[in-house]
Amino acid sequence: MDSYTKKIRELASNLLKDNKVDMVIGFNQGTIPMATSPQVARTPEQALEFVWNSNCSINLANYLSNQKGKIGIVAKGCDSRNIVTHIIENKISREQLHIIGVPCTGMLDKVKISSSIDGEILSYSEEGDTITLKTKSSEQNIVKNDFLASNCETCTHRNPVIYDDLVADLVTEQKIDDPFKDVRKIEEMDSDAKWNHFENLLENCIRCYACRNACPLCYCPTCFVDESDPQWVGKGQNNIDVRTFHFLRAYHCAGRCTDCGACEQACPMDIKVRDFTRKLNKDALEIYGWEAGLTLEQRPPLDTFNPEDPDEFIK
Amino acid sequence: MENPYLPYPVRIDDIQIATEDKSLKTFKFVFLNEGDEEKFSYHAGQFAELSIPGIGEIPIGIASSPTEKGFVKFTVFKTGVVTSYLHNMKVGDIMGIRGPLGNWYPWDLLENKNVVIIGGGFAFTTLRSSIVYMLKEENRSKFKNIDVVYGARSPGMLLYRDELYEWEKRDDINMHITVDGTDDPTWKYNTGFVPTIVEEKAPKADKDSYAIVCGPPIMIKFTQPSLEKLGYKPDQIIMSLENRMKCGIGMCGRCNIGKELVCKDGPVFTLEEINKTPKEY
Amino acid sequence: MKVIKIDKNSWTKGIDKSREAYKLFGPVKDKTIVIFKELEQGMFPEMEYTDSVLSAKSVIFPQTEKILGGSLDESIEDHHILKRPDTNYSPRAVLGIRPYDAKAIQLVKLNFDTEDYRDPYWCDAYEATTFIGLAINEPSAFDFSTLTDTGPFGEEGLDILLVDCKEEYLAKVLTDKGETFLKASGFEESANTKPSLKTIKALQSKAEKAITSKIDSSKIKDKTILELYEAPFWDDLAFSCINCGTCTYVCPTCWCFDIQDETRGKTCSRFRNWDTCMDPLFTMHGSGHNPRGEKTQRVRQRFMHKLKYFLDKYDKGIMCVGCGRCVKHCPVNIDIREVCNTMNSYEKQE
Repeated sequence: MDSYTKKIRELASNLLKDNKVDMVIGFNQGTIPMATSPQVARTPEQALEFVWNSNCSINLANYLSNQKGKIGIVAKGCDSRNIVTHIIENKISREQLHIIGVPCTGMLDKVKISSSIDGEILSYSEEGDTITLKTKSSEQNIVKNDFLASNCETCTHRNPVIYDDLVADLVTEQKIDDPFKDVRKIEEMDSDAKWNHFENLLENCIRCYACRNACPLCYCPTCFVDESDPQWVGKGQNNIDVRTFHFLRAYHCAGRCTDCGACEQACPMDIKVRDFTRKLNKDALEIYGWEAGLTLEQRPPLDTFNPEDPDEFIK
Repeated sequence: MENPYLPYPVRIDDIQIATEDKSLKTFKFVFLNEGDEEKFSYHAGQFAELSIPGIGEIPIGIASSPTEKGFVKFTVFKTGVVTSYLHNMKVGDIMGIRGPLGNWYPWDLLENKNVVIIGGGFAFTTLRSSIVYMLKEENRSKFKNIDVVYGARSPGMLLYRDELYEWEKRDDINMHITVDGTDDPTWKYNTGFVPTIVEEKAPKADKDSYAIVCGPPIMIKFTQPSLEKLGYKPDQIIMSLENRMKCGIGMCGRCNIGKELVCKDGPVFTLEEINKTPKEY
Repeated sequence: MKVIKIDKNSWTKGIDKSREAYKLFGPVKDKTIVIFKELEQGMFPEMEYTDSVLSAKSVIFPQTEKILGGSLDESIEDHHILKRPDTNYSPRAVLGIRPYDAKAIQLVKLNFDTEDYRDPYWCDAYEATTFIGLAINEPSAFDFSTLTDTGPFGEEGLDILLVDCKEEYLAKVLTDKGETFLKASGFEESANTKPSLKTIKALQSKAEKAITSKIDSSKIKDKTILELYEAPFWDDLAFSCINCGTCTYVCPTCWCFDIQDETRGKTCSRFRNWDTCMDPLFTMHGSGHNPRGEKTQRVRQRFMHKLKYFLDKYDKGIMCVGCGRCVKHCPVNIDIREVCNTMNSYEKQE
């Protein structure tokens, strides 16, 4: 990943040096193992702090909403798809952006790793596909592909879909035979089992809204859960209110979600909130042949009205 | 110590439309339980939480004066969920009042002083309370000159108009009523924004002068230079602040300006105090 | 100082016995995380955990708590008159609370139990609770509690401190409340005090040495509020923040709350819920004006409250016990240690 880091620093600092952009959004090294922190560089020197590794799972498109000026942004596949969505939804214009595309090889699932390692992880490094983790008593190497975040395991758009520069050659996209196996498993449950599954899933939600706030789609000036007049949802821990938040949020993302996984990475309670959005992604694909954020030419299916629509309900 | 979250039950005794656009109404409440009125003993400048079961609470300055007995009065601007609901309530309805809350204008300090009261728009409620308190026979002699500058957008937007015109007639208080503008040819008071009228009409400060200022943030901001020109020092300018509040007793954490909590350490601060703290109001 | 020896083989039996007199709470492994929960019959505290995502603050200060209730049915006498619900404040015990979390409850107490007002819900729950701490033999890399006047064996706010000594727990009896709990559990075998304390001391100094995080707040009290508030670093510190409430909800010292009314049919309830200063709604005026409408203002508020306002107001140190939860769980790695050090070393340029 060092070559990626080097190239990102070079491209970003040059963009700033040549005044082609006002700022570049990328990742800085975190203060703890397996963490990075989204940062903005406004000077070429600051751009030299940027890094790239397998812990850059936060979606940087989230930092674009309503930004002014010309912006450079580091974008892996899913980030670039959310940038496309942002452009389609008029949150930012293509002309404002200089996209530093990162052909991605997947991000790591921190929880998966820490629960399979004995002892606390004190240091982290990666070299190709090998991740080296140090604990107090040992040093262990693990294979990156065994510990990918689950959205990265089934990702078929690792390369950025739009970009102005690339930090490396495009990577070969994964061929996934059955990308929605997990969703089908839930679909096949009877309604009681399904209900139990979701009840259990949300049991520990503390409504910190990290999932929503990490999501680049969730840019509503006032989220429906925060509306007070009328107040749609109670604000406490009543499980009907908790579910309402998650169900409605998922539906609001239908046909827009790129399965970037930022929601799950952000959740402090390790709730698999993608169980909701994945089902809607599957429906969008099966019903409309649609995957979000692949083209600037077309709006998401639930966001378009076509007088020629063959379905009766729309008339 | 009693449960500070538990409101005193009250009945709405009277509702008066206060301004021509009907956005403000004055509610008169009487306590349901004997003894609660005594427990609710307050000073001019304090506020209370009006508490509507099932709807919520809203912090409002107390508009009645401690010298008025048998009821408490609040003038409420219709803006959010609770105030809109309240505006639709009827005489006889039961609700709650929690308080009195916060500090008050420094009445001990103001004794034997000249006091100029400056208010704008609907932030005149605790100032009304103060004026009624100060004009009460047994209190009036405690203060030297009393001046009042009060302005609203138009004559019909002035609160407590009847009382204003009564005070205007008295010789123990100097009223400077003003409106931003009016096409009423019979308007016999001032026209112009509050800061301008303050500069023109308010008395110059000596060491025994204090100004009490209450109004929207923009008015407060522009009144400060006017008062400075008149010689008021930051410790002679007393202001009442507003912030979003929930508990009203200094616990829920949202209304702070720096380490001060507007609900408990305030809402009344001197400009000198405010100058030491972040202006997060 | 009395020290009781608890053989680990008799641990669950004693816990079960204590249930006759106490409602129990403790750390529980739930799927992939550890959280504090009520320990129902058959449930025992997880005593091997490194750290829990949520602290034990919810035992005293639940995330959602009904504070008042009443009826809107005008045909009944007391309609529209709110009353405090009958909450059960019979004795409860928190098992396995970490010393930093117990200390945090002492800091939070400064907010809820004051000369002017006493929050009856918080205070009643607090008084009903016996705090049975579990010393941290092996602090995590996130732990910086030694730098916040607590430490892995801190005793402040605890009634008992349990120290895991492999086959047994040594229980330091710190208060009468603690003694009562041990009796109710049948844990009464006195340990030989001197050698036990020596064993504990040795484990303590080993644990304290294992903490290597650096955080320095010593110079913050000498700077003015406005000096720090107006410092130029806040925008950069706040850039990555996504404004979720994670840091505040996982924090054992964060106490801010919201009050909300709800109705169901003719019944109304007033709840208080944890709230977070990261949310723009926290300070939004009815007029739409918002004194902390910008992200930077909110991030600054959080750190200024913890590291400066609290310090100035109470003179009891900073409002942070060094548990490291916010550092570990912040989705974008905003690190209070860095912020604190930045504030501490900041010198205003004249």
